[in-house]
Amino acid sequence: MKEVYIIGTGITKFGELWDKSFRDLAVDAGIQAIADSKVDVSEIDGVFGGTMSSGRFIGQEHAAALIADYAGITPKPAIRCEAACASGGVAFRAGYFAVASGAMDTAVVGGVEKMTDVFTEQAAVTLGGAGDQEWEVFNGATFPALYALIARRHMKEFGTTEEQLAQVAVKNHLNGSMNPIAQYQMPITIETVMNSSPVADPLKLFDCSPITDGAAAVVIASKEVAKEHCEKPIKVLASAQASDTLALHDRRKITTLDATRFAAKDAFKQADTTPSKIDIAEVHDCFTIAEICAIEDLGFFEKGKGGKATEDGLTALEGQLAVNTSGGLKACGHPVGATGIKQIVEAVKQLNQEAGKRNRKNVDLALTHNVGGTGATAVVHILGRGY
Amino acid sequence: MASNSISLMWRGIQQRYNLIGTKCKTCGQAFFPPRKNCPKCRRKGQIEELKFSGNGKVFSHSVVHAPPEGFENQVPYIISLVELEEGPLVTAQIVDCEPSEIQIGTKVKKVFRRVSEGGKSGIINYGYKFVLDR
Ligand SMILES: [Zn+2]
Repeated sequence: MKEVYIIGTGITKFGELWDKSFRDLAVDAGIQAIADSKVDVSEIDGVFGGTMSSGRFIGQEHAAALIADYAGITPKPAIRCEAACASGGVAFRAGYFAVASGAMDTAVVGGVEKMTDVFTEQAAVTLGGAGDQEWEVFNGATFPALYALIARRHMKEFGTTEEQLAQVAVKNHLNGSMNPIAQYQMPITIETVMNSSPVADPLKLFDCSPITDGAAAVVIASKEVAKEHCEKPIKVLASAQASDTLALHDRRKITTLDATRFAAKDAFKQADTTPSKIDIAEVHDCFTIAEICAIEDLGFFEKGKGGKATEDGLTALEGQLAVNTSGGLKACGHPVGATGIKQIVEAVKQLNQEAGKRNRKNVDLALTHNVGGTGATAVVHILGRGY
Repeated sequence: MASNSISLMWRGIQQRYNLIGTKCKTCGQAFFPPRKNCPKCRRKGQIEELKFSGNGKVFSHSVVHAPPEGFENQVPYIISLVELEEGPLVTAQIVDCEPSEIQIGTKVKKVFRRVSEGGKSGIINYGYKFVLDR
């Protein structure tokens, strides 16, 4: 396998972007990334695009070809990747394989979702497709409800509290307040979360990530190409992915995402490093409980101690490990297909100390963690500075 | 949404109405929803039909306030993972009681009910829900 470098990034504003279409978003992010990388469009060998459900959200399939068309990358191949909310993460991996294998020297990898062209109820139905339609959704389980079932069990088994869940949202909103592209840029308090309307007990509105439009993209390249164009490349030190049962009810344990554990174990092995060496992590906080499970299952904290670690500020911007400096899915927003790439863009910015007010000091190693559904797919990447 | 498909409903009548799943004779593992392949025994697995007793206890629970399509007139409702006495967890509603009566470990039993209704095709879906086993 050849070394793979990230040499350019692009990202749109995240939010309810009624004046932007699916193709506007994808092309904006892609063109930004290509410009940032300084490669000529003719050098790009292919496009990998992650979108969960352009078909259900805007009626548009064949999304990767559309993006390649409007970004002016034809006749190079365009490949769509889908793994629900982990679509961006698996798209990055697909591009990574293409460059690592030598099949391509340069590729654009993007993620996009346009969710606000449909009403919130329809968006929720589409997101339900990440779970088991016939045996979970059919019986009235919503996505927040499935994560609520995880939360209830986590509270019972480990004594995690609703206030600790709220602390995740408070921290991520504070980080989001320093991110100009974040959907929500207002700090909140524990009371804001605790007093917000119930969605699926014990989860409340402010425990949930929002419905968001947005896109993100990166240009990845072999070492030879990277050296021609880029002084501060980011090296992909590990790319790992694992699967688990689609339905929550079939899991070995519901408070542990085995897919996250397996992907993390593989990633740390590939990068020849350990959780304690990681400085920042962008983890998949689609709900507050998901961040608590993630920081445990990735190996940063002992199982059951994620809530306490959050409460104690260990995951704050200058804590032991900064978690979700972008604001996470909670505050930065969650355009599902874009999230996995946004995490990588944020990691690159932190490694290059280009994250403005939310820069963490001395970042050498960054990890990204992207989950599909309630944990049937998990993708973990570890990034560091190149050359 | 997929649950408005008539053939989908028809295919699941036995499973949804009577809680019929499967069991692997080789390793003894029970499956609900039914699986036609044992993930553990692979080719050595021998799958047979199993009618579940319908008795179980609450493994985890929540109250849904923001309903999906077809469940609008049921909110707020209790959704639960019920641990069936044969082993598997099943995702289902618990009805005819207050949320305060439900805790992890509470004994419940299966009943046959209307699950959801409405949607574009107007199909009414029936299947299992659970009630307190008093
Ligand atoms: Zn078996």
